[in-house]
Amino acid sequence: MLTFVIRRMIATVFVVFTITVLVFLIFFHTPGVDPARKLAGRNPSPETIKAIKHQYGLDRPLPVQYVILMEKLFITRDLTSYSNQGQKVVPEIVAATPVTLSLVLGAAVIWVVVSIIMGVAAAVLRGTIFDPMLMVLALIGISMPVFWLGEMANLITQDRYHDTFLFSWVPPLGYTPLTQDPVMWFKHLVIPWLVLSVLYIGLYARVLRADLLETENEDYVRTARAKGLSERRVLLRHTLRTSMISFVSLFGLDFGVLVGGGALLVEVVFGLPGVGLLTYQSLISLDLPVIMATVIYGAIFIVIANAVVDVGYAWLDPRVRPA
Amino acid sequence: MSGAPLLEVRDLSVSFRTQDGTVHAVDGVSFTVNRGEVLGIVGESGSGKSVTAMTLMRLVLDQNAVFSGEVLFKGRDLMQLSQGDMLQVRGKQISMIFQDPMTSLNPVYRVGWQIDEQLRAHEGLSAKQARRRTLELLGAVGIPNPEARIDDYPHQFSGGMRQRVMIAMGLSCNPDVLIADEPTTALDVTIQAQILELIGNLQREFDSAVVLITHDLGVVAEVADRVAVMYAGRIVEYGEVGELFRGPQHPYTWGLLGSISRLDRPRQRRLAAISGQPPSLISLPAGCSFRPRCPFAFDRCRAERPALEARSRSGHLDACLLSPDQKQARRAATPEAS
Repeated sequence: MLTFVIRRMIATVFVVFTITVLVFLIFFHTPGVDPARKLAGRNPSPETIKAIKHQYGLDRPLPVQYVILMEKLFITRDLTSYSNQGQKVVPEIVAATPVTLSLVLGAAVIWVVVSIIMGVAAAVLRGTIFDPMLMVLALIGISMPVFWLGEMANLITQDRYHDTFLFSWVPPLGYTPLTQDPVMWFKHLVIPWLVLSVLYIGLYARVLRADLLETENEDYVRTARAKGLSERRVLLRHTLRTSMISFVSLFGLDFGVLVGGGALLVEVVFGLPGVGLLTYQSLISLDLPVIMATVIYGAIFIVIANAVVDVGYAWLDPRVRPA
Repeated sequence: MSGAPLLEVRDLSVSFRTQDGTVHAVDGVSFTVNRGEVLGIVGESGSGKSVTAMTLMRLVLDQNAVFSGEVLFKGRDLMQLSQGDMLQVRGKQISMIFQDPMTSLNPVYRVGWQIDEQLRAHEGLSAKQARRRTLELLGAVGIPNPEARIDDYPHQFSGGMRQRVMIAMGLSCNPDVLIADEPTTALDVTIQAQILELIGNLQREFDSAVVLITHDLGVVAEVADRVAVMYAGRIVEYGEVGELFRGPQHPYTWGLLGSISRLDRPRQRRLAAISGQPPSLISLPAGCSFRPRCPFAFDRCRAERPALEARSRSGHLDACLLSPDQKQARRAATPEAS
């Protein structure tokens, strides 16, 4: 198991390296993309562009540029934004990460708990009206775009019904760190959590239900019944346990994507200063170093989440463990 | 073998309502199993033998299944018990081994844990006691070095070894009846013989009754005390194993016997096959359900459904309308059925 983990980590490092190379090439050397032109302002003279190229090291050979960029990103950590010269990129991302983590972790807890309950309930209640009702509910959740749902939530809690007893506790949009005021942190995040989790609750409940019903036909579930185990034990220890395998791999991917910046829409809608919002702002101003850094940050998170899933997968399913 | 039989099945029928019509999977089956006895149930795929076994365990959970008849076990009708009460019977008093050992064990749990689970559910053993008992059981079913294997996962075992684990699990709570549903079908021939021998030995050791379901008459001849031959959901011949093999009465049984290759007889050109296909269980032919495939069918077979009763001199039961003399003559005339 240990060698498996180590092997997986080495692979992770290699994948991250590949991603940095690709991202570097895409943002700095795609034909038609010239960072110097962007920096030089309107109608620059060739001399200005040349000077800027020299100033930013853009006239040096590609591998050297790559190494310098990586050095600035990972070692000296003083990569600066193009649009705001005083702004250092890496501390920005480091500051934004806890916001994104707070948002995604909270939503993940909600969506895992609720989707397991919904999926199991639907599978157990198959043949009754509740199963299709739950699944239609899940489908509605999947079908609502998260930005629309977020704006609706804001409309209700910040505007229309803010003065009623239901939503008067909702603070204005923004964020308070957990370390500063846990209650305020919670109040700021609870509605974003719910909005973000709706889609995943729907997806996961449907996937889990389908897996449960499929596992129900497995021979070993029949064996478990023949052993004289109670229906509850058969469901929880035998059917659910093996059905969780695809649930967990799905979760790892989605979690990685969200922490890596996929919660962008929710962060923008609720004004949460996370990595998603940072990416959004840098995209609007085409601030290449920031975009580059957030993309690499996101990629690293996704790759790490993948590695964690693989290890968790081996823990759940002994068949994939190395012999 | 005194007193009432351990397990008595009376006129058991199971049908499934489907979109195409009602499937009569089991149709008026009756048999008894005595303590310490091996009953073989033989038949081809779809003859209702597995459904019969699953029904004894009340494991047919299909909502479209319709049951009738009685399954008397130690004086109680299992068909009337609630699923909650059945939990005390399943695994404890009647246990079951399945056909495919490759898929019958849960892949994500260690084999020892899976046996422990049953012991703890029924015997109230502590984890330590359960583990000791599991080690004993694994040794008893011939798993070499049980201490080393108890914490292995099913995928680390071969098919034959997995079936041994299943047998250990089946016997873990000293059941009165062990139902083995084609326990050797998925195994290769040498392993088959070992597993059958193991079941036979353990049956004597644990003094359990065994219901052995198979499509292999050779297996039945080897281990069964009595045999029920099933065809299209009904028992067509039922009797003590020696009698049934010496003087089979039903043309279907002749066909089954004729389709076995035998090494102790001169080699025939081809093995005999029963012509045609088993009937659809949705629309069974009127009268005898074997009639369309039976070379000896006559007018009465179409009109009358033959009951399972003692018709021959040997006294075992069969469901064929031919007279004993006619049977003897017909059988003698078809060499491959002898």
